[in-house]
Amino acid sequence: MSTVEEPVSARPPTAGEYAANGAFRWSCYGFGALVVVLLAYIVLEIFRLGWPAMQERGLAFVVGTVWDPNRNEFGILPEIWGTLYSSLLGILIGSVLGVAVAIFLAEGFVAAGVFWVLSRFGLQYTRLWSHFPEQVETFVKTLIQLLAAIPSVVYGLWGIFVVIPAIRPMCNWIHEGLSGIPFFSTALSGPGILPAAIVLAIMVLPIITSISYEALVAVPPKIREASFGLGATRWETILGVLLPTAAPGIFGAILLAFGRALGETMALAMLVGNSNTLSLSLFSPANTIAALLANNFGEAGDREVSLLMYAALVLLIITLVVNILGSLVLQKLVVKEGKR
Amino acid sequence: MATAPPPDAGQVPDPFEGIDLADLEKSLFRPRNLFGGILTTLMFVFTIVALYPLFSVLMTVIVRGGREISMALFTELPPAAFEEGGGIGNAIVGTLIMVGLASLISVPVGIFAGIFLAEVGPESRLATFVRFSAKVLTGFPSVLAGVFAYGAVVLLTGGFSAVAGAIALSILIIPMVLLTSEEAIRMVPSRMREAAIGMGCTQAQVVRSVLLPTAFPGILTGIMLAVARAAGETAPLLFTALFSNNFVGYTSLLPVVVALVAMCVLMAMSALLPWQPRLRMLLNLGVVAAAVAGAYFFVAAFEFMEPTASLAVLIYNFSASPFENQVRMAWAAALVLVVVVLITNVVAQGLSPKQVRR
Amino acid sequence: MSDIHNPDAHISAGHPKSSPDQIRAGHPKSGPANGDVIIDCNLHELYYGQFKAVRDTHIPIRKNKITAFIGPSGCGKSTVLRCLNRMNDLVRGFRFDGHVHFQGRNIYDRSIDPVAVRRHIGMVFQQPNPFNMSIYNNVAFGLRLNGYKGSIAERVEQALRRAALWDEVKDKLKQNGLSLSGGQQQRLCIARAVATEPKVLLMDEPCSALDPIATRRIEELMTELKQRFTIAIVTHNLQQAQRVADETGFLYVDTTQGGRTGYLVEYGSSQQIFQDPREEPTKQYIRGEFS
Repeated sequence: MSTVEEPVSARPPTAGEYAANGAFRWSCYGFGALVVVLLAYIVLEIFRLGWPAMQERGLAFVVGTVWDPNRNEFGILPEIWGTLYSSLLGILIGSVLGVAVAIFLAEGFVAAGVFWVLSRFGLQYTRLWSHFPEQVETFVKTLIQLLAAIPSVVYGLWGIFVVIPAIRPMCNWIHEGLSGIPFFSTALSGPGILPAAIVLAIMVLPIITSISYEALVAVPPKIREASFGLGATRWETILGVLLPTAAPGIFGAILLAFGRALGETMALAMLVGNSNTLSLSLFSPANTIAALLANNFGEAGDREVSLLMYAALVLLIITLVVNILGSLVLQKLVVKEGKR
Repeated sequence: MATAPPPDAGQVPDPFEGIDLADLEKSLFRPRNLFGGILTTLMFVFTIVALYPLFSVLMTVIVRGGREISMALFTELPPAAFEEGGGIGNAIVGTLIMVGLASLISVPVGIFAGIFLAEVGPESRLATFVRFSAKVLTGFPSVLAGVFAYGAVVLLTGGFSAVAGAIALSILIIPMVLLTSEEAIRMVPSRMREAAIGMGCTQAQVVRSVLLPTAFPGILTGIMLAVARAAGETAPLLFTALFSNNFVGYTSLLPVVVALVAMCVLMAMSALLPWQPRLRMLLNLGVVAAAVAGAYFFVAAFEFMEPTASLAVLIYNFSASPFENQVRMAWAAALVLVVVVLITNVVAQGLSPKQVRR
Repeated sequence: MSDIHNPDAHISAGHPKSSPDQIRAGHPKSGPANGDVIIDCNLHELYYGQFKAVRDTHIPIRKNKITAFIGPSGCGKSTVLRCLNRMNDLVRGFRFDGHVHFQGRNIYDRSIDPVAVRRHIGMVFQQPNPFNMSIYNNVAFGLRLNGYKGSIAERVEQALRRAALWDEVKDKLKQNGLSLSGGQQQRLCIARAVATEPKVLLMDEPCSALDPIATRRIEELMTELKQRFTIAIVTHNLQQAQRVADETGFLYVDTTQGGRTGYLVEYGSSQQIFQDPREEPTKQYIRGEFS
């Protein structure tokens, strides 16, 4: 036993500690408020710069279909159409693939498949291989996440040099056979809605997959068991019970991805063709608001900047409406579930 | 059940009634099994289709960009039309400067606001607004961040600059860092928090000595992912930093990069080492390094007040170029960007603690 | 332990192919000894991965009787129960050595579709687990699954009446099944299970999440249901087993071979097990010396 020294006496926090604590709390409040102020400032700034054009052009800007500086005619209806059309198409492809991958991963098909292959060789319980099924599953998940990591400008580059040449013969073949249908009424001469939508689909897929995956995994195992216990097959369980239960989450994922697709700029600016065309055709070049901004901002004069700011405001409003609508719908679904 | 017995409760059922024993036989051609088999195959095909672009992008970038890798690529200026050779040195430097500056602006804001949401005032009215703003900002089109920075910085300072680009990028980083920090801090078991409070820690001490060190891997993951994403952003830079065919801030870059790299390494190390005292020491060192780099950055900021090149804008500009050599430079830049971004992502996901990654 | 590395041992059935003779063996007229045995569980060894969970358990389950499995926690009684309708097939690495004869047919035979087995042998789980849909749809789920052609509404009502839930929910069939109380949810799950008229109902500690009053309701229900169904129940509640069960099997944990492997110690009529247990572990357990 060591000699008993003077015991540590409790003391109240020093003035320095109080001061540090106060400063810390205030900076937390301050930085929190800063984020709110930042959002308000962004909206106001865009509004302020677009205001002259709004006064001058009014709603005609939104419904006009011509963008011609020489004739002093400006309208962004084709851009609005192109934004919505390409995003919807991209979301359509992206959700089918994304939800499928989410089911594939969440229901353990990958791990089960690997386990089955290992068991053919009798390796499933050896020390080296026993974790292999989970490792493969994690690896696939990581790969899906990496899809989201690739910068959109690289996707654009890839789209120009890989996707367009790859799909062009097929698209033109379809066009020749089915040119009566409005969706195939033009030939694909290079950039267009379809390549843009394909690349968009790839870009939103990781969002849809990861959120849908979380929603599917969150379904309590006891519900799964109940369905199997009634004699449902794996797919009857997935379609009849799991997907309906996870539906709010999957719906939220798709809305979130839709918001992303609407605001995506570079891949579209590089792939959509930047042509003021209003067409139903999948192979026609078109334009989006974000691409309009990206292509014209650099060399814009004062008056054009104001017009572009007006266009930016339209984009802002569209994305805000989609995002807020999405969160409201989600909230409603969650509240309904919470009440049960 | 093929034949359900009639619903008469009174009669005691014969055990054989209603069971066709052949019905138990496994058969691939029964509709529901066939249906399941088709769907499983379809899912498998879909997964392959979903993963194919990743391989295709990587292959193309590696094959077409790999040919251009040389020393000159990292040191020389981009080629003009009809010019042979050249490199992307100034774009690499410009991207580093802008991403570094943007992280220095946004990481403190994001972390402090995250602490605010998770710990200081989670129930306050301000928190509702902060949370709403952060959610709106995460879904914010990146091009609008550029539009805003154009109006707020470029028009104000009278020219395109790296600072304007960095501000535009930080708008994209802040909400991601904020939300991941909040989540990581909330993940800290409340018993640890309560233990610190019970010993008489002030709130600042609780955060500094318990919450931040424990949540650190999660926060670091969020920062790395956000910064990697910002490095690839093009739209916000198009009308804030524009592009330049010269080296910018080259003289002042070296010490800054050294400080930033040191900071990152220290932070990563402290996240990997489980011992608490050492972890806190490294954390402090990292913060000090960040502060030094930050101070230096702001002192040297006047050097960055001119148009600056970046990898992303270079790819965009050269992608539509009719000159073969410039397109090759675009692929080389894409390779550099993809390698950096993917490595950051993989490292970040490796760092991420299990309960966050799930 | 010898066949762990045998690649074909995923599910090794005791009998390669059931012959007509075997089918007849389960028929009431074939012999007095096992005349009314509807499920004959003969489990030799059961593994999860490399963990041997249960060994040497032979339990016959008799028609229109309630058979209870009792034993300390971790003795594998739920595992054995879940073998009877192949729920364990969902666990990766599960291996079963032995056979389970249902109506004389080995359900672990290679040619048997486990999904079809589960349609004949229903299950009620420890936690009430209604689906996130209306009460009506919860009960109708199994009927639709089986492509039932008749009036679904009639069958739903009948099932809810059998589960003694009809009077409480008849005015709110459209409400979400999760809006009910715990005891009502469990009865809803029972209604869902009996709606498709399975031959056997397996109940895995159906009352462990319920309060005493709800428990009593479920117990009364079980005695009514056995008129029509055969019931096998796992319970950790000895009084419950004594109250409702006609036959009881006692399982215990064997730790001698390393690991915790469950096995059947004793099986007999409930009266015999509770009044006059033969084996020493059973005596101790009934006396409450361990749990």
